[in-house]
Amino acid sequence: MQPLLKVENLVKHYASGRSARSKDKLVALDGVSLSIPSGKTLALVGESGSGKSTLALCIASLESPTSGSISFEGIDLAALHENQLRLLRPQIQLVFQDPASSLNPRWTVLNIVSEPFLIQRRFTKPDRAIRALKLLDRVALPRKLASRRAGELSGGQKQRLAIARAIALEPKLIILDEALSALDCSVQAQISNLLLELQSSLGLTYLFITHDFAMAAHLADQIAVMDRGRIVECGPAEDILHSPTHEVTRTLLAATPRFSESPSELVHA
Amino acid sequence: MTPLLEVTNLHVSYSARTGEVCHALAGVNFDLAPGEILGVLGESGSGKSTLAAAILRLLPSNGKFQKGSVLFEGKNLLEVSAQDLRKIRGGRIGLIAQEPSPSLHPTMQIGQQVSDVLAAHETLDGRTLREKTSHLLSSMFPEDAERISRSYPHELSGGQRQRVLIAQAIACRPSLVVADEPTASLDPTTQQEILQLFRTLQQKLGLAMILITHNPALLAGLADRILVLYAGRIAEIGPAAQVLYSPQHPYTAALLECLPSHFAGAQSARKATLHVIQGEPPDLTLQKNGCQFEPRCAERMEVCKRDEPSAAEVSELHEVSCFKFAG
Amino acid sequence: MLYFLRRALHAVFLLFGVSLLTFLFSALTPGNYFDEMRMNPQISPETVAALRAQYQLDRPLPIRYAHWLNAVVHGQLGFSFAYNSPVAPLLWARARNTLLLTVTATFLAWLLALPLGVWSAAKLGRAPDRVLSSATAALLVIPDLVLALGLLILAVRTGRFPTGGLVSVSFDELSVLQKLRDLAMHMALPVLALVLSTLPMLVRHVRASVAEVLNAPFLRAALGHGISHRKLLYSYALRAAANPLISLFGFSVGTLLSGSLLVEVVMSWPGLGPLLLESILARDLYVVIGGVLLSMIFLVGGNFFADVLLYLADPRIRTAASAK
Repeated sequence: MQPLLKVENLVKHYASGRSARSKDKLVALDGVSLSIPSGKTLALVGESGSGKSTLALCIASLESPTSGSISFEGIDLAALHENQLRLLRPQIQLVFQDPASSLNPRWTVLNIVSEPFLIQRRFTKPDRAIRALKLLDRVALPRKLASRRAGELSGGQKQRLAIARAIALEPKLIILDEALSALDCSVQAQISNLLLELQSSLGLTYLFITHDFAMAAHLADQIAVMDRGRIVECGPAEDILHSPTHEVTRTLLAATPRFSESPSELVHA
Repeated sequence: MTPLLEVTNLHVSYSARTGEVCHALAGVNFDLAPGEILGVLGESGSGKSTLAAAILRLLPSNGKFQKGSVLFEGKNLLEVSAQDLRKIRGGRIGLIAQEPSPSLHPTMQIGQQVSDVLAAHETLDGRTLREKTSHLLSSMFPEDAERISRSYPHELSGGQRQRVLIAQAIACRPSLVVADEPTASLDPTTQQEILQLFRTLQQKLGLAMILITHNPALLAGLADRILVLYAGRIAEIGPAAQVLYSPQHPYTAALLECLPSHFAGAQSARKATLHVIQGEPPDLTLQKNGCQFEPRCAERMEVCKRDEPSAAEVSELHEVSCFKFAG
Repeated sequence: MLYFLRRALHAVFLLFGVSLLTFLFSALTPGNYFDEMRMNPQISPETVAALRAQYQLDRPLPIRYAHWLNAVVHGQLGFSFAYNSPVAPLLWARARNTLLLTVTATFLAWLLALPLGVWSAAKLGRAPDRVLSSATAALLVIPDLVLALGLLILAVRTGRFPTGGLVSVSFDELSVLQKLRDLAMHMALPVLALVLSTLPMLVRHVRASVAEVLNAPFLRAALGHGISHRKLLYSYALRAAANPLISLFGFSVGTLLSGSLLVEVVMSWPGLGPLLLESILARDLYVVIGGVLLSMIFLVGGNFFADVLLYLADPRIRTAASAK
């Protein structure tokens, strides 16, 4: 069966310096290939500067790659016209790390969740409100928060709101760019459960970008490790975690803070 | 041995412009021995950042000390003169602020920012000041201290900025350093380096530390004792190993169970539902009777609704504020 | 470097555009100097016609502009009909007087605004700040014209200050010290008028910029390191608040020639202002264009100066500029 998302040899250069001379470019992605089967989660692990966010932006068509291809459900995104792309965009959604900056703090919760409907010009006004409230239920945000401003919510609540907005148009793929990193541990657990529940009930596919191997380990079916614009290792989560082959993977695993069951092992990895 | 720091019955509140009063800290008691690393474990709204600010009397203008004392080297920091306080800040107690990027002056060179701290506490001539600054920066940046000294904050990476903050905090050889979420915005490898650095500083300089974080895993292997903060009160305090591996307070236990246990060695199913703590942290503007954790506690009892538990000893040095253990 | 070249080029374009527009507007306004002359029965029509031909007023507009532009590039700003002399020396003499006034006033205004603004920001919301804010608000509300006239009345009523002019009639006979005193007395009220009109806005801007910075995390961090209060305020805070203030300073420099027109006219100070006003009324084309161009050079130059200062003061701008 064909994967939902297939990226092949993706290259992205940014011009740094005065002209587009080859010497002055910043190579963010240096030939990245991966594929995600439908309904599964791929965790993309890497440090800052590895290119993970650039990859997310390219897949979401917010940046155009220098070369390489991105296929969604078999359709090459680069071959699409802007009009056709606009029809496809609702299928790929993004949830960012910092809900404070990706949600307008002065907008009400209801407005934020209804915004996708407005942009895509679907449904009548009363219909939008009903659907919006249903979305709030879906992410376990109490309805009484609907008229509050986003700036008044807690971190966890904001992230739920961001997820509600992301699933509004029934996407197939959600890219979560460090979506849990800024949250407290207990809140991370709540949101993680929510994501898993939504995945099984809505058949969502996740690209989970993080630098935290612990969460990646928990949520992912497959793990890909990125370093300096390349994928250095990719495979089923079990394999990567217990028998990593690449040095970068091993370093990252070792650096992940953890504590074992027995007190005698009170040391960092 | 006399404790380095003694916090007794500390109450801090903030008043909002609407008139509401938020009780950020409601009766915090703990001691810190010289050279000890105390981990303060708390989530958002627990009062951890307030505690960090309160120790150095750095509350914002709407913050107020309602009750309590902070005894440092025998002096009550809440009562010392402004002049003495200035000498203590940076001189005897170092503070590593929460986020490295906004905590550095954007248009001043790093070298200048570090030497200003030195100059604020010691009268040194120009050359000695430069030497000391350079020495300090070399200890943090063994390879390119010179370049860093002439750089500006925006030219540095997150980890480098964090090191600058640490350099500033230890510049005058304080006996205590308070670090508020020192690794929050850092990559795992950088995080590890910084934590290692803390360990080294404790060993080499005999530095006592209060390390504030929301991630229990960071404290494993680093902290000597751990203090768990919830709703402005201490839920549990004890030796690190005990708190992490046999937590007594229901909140601590629940919090530790929230962590994805994959790395804990236990073979739990991946993608399983994680244990969560039901409900939300309490609204600290409301004065609630009884235990603050009670609405979310799996082991709550009738008495928990009415009265607030006081600290009870479960073993030597390990105290828990919970009616499960109250006499 | 490329950054500055681009800014400089931008500035030149701006000047070119302004000169063109000014030329057009002036030349297109109905009437010209010689129409006034024609109405004078003592001058024969032939003389007027000859003068018109001499000044090339019969040529089409683009050619006149081209001639003028050519002359400007060679340092000649044209000829004044009314004064019957080249424009440049005329402008220069008056501009010097204006600058004497405005440089003094600007210097004093900034000298007062900085500490007042910083102090006000440090005491934000409390009594001293409120008093100062009310005072600046009151001054802002009063029109410059009223201020100038008010001071003039003061001069007339008390008889202590001269009511106009640069120096006294007997200036040349005075000793050096007396000359300075004489000049100072003449300058006092116009400078006061200028300072009173520009100070409030400066104070408010300094206050706002510093107040914003006072809440910044790096100040709290520095406080936590034991940096003294004074150093925090005047060294750390002011430096961080510098950017908007530098732009404002550039603007102050930019208005050195143009900002004092009203005060000069009302208080009879022989500067660029009255000259410009007369020339506009008399349709003395080249003086007007020359004056406007000169003011414009200052304005554009002031902005460019601010750009240079910002580049030097803020390392982030240096980094961004070299990345482009």
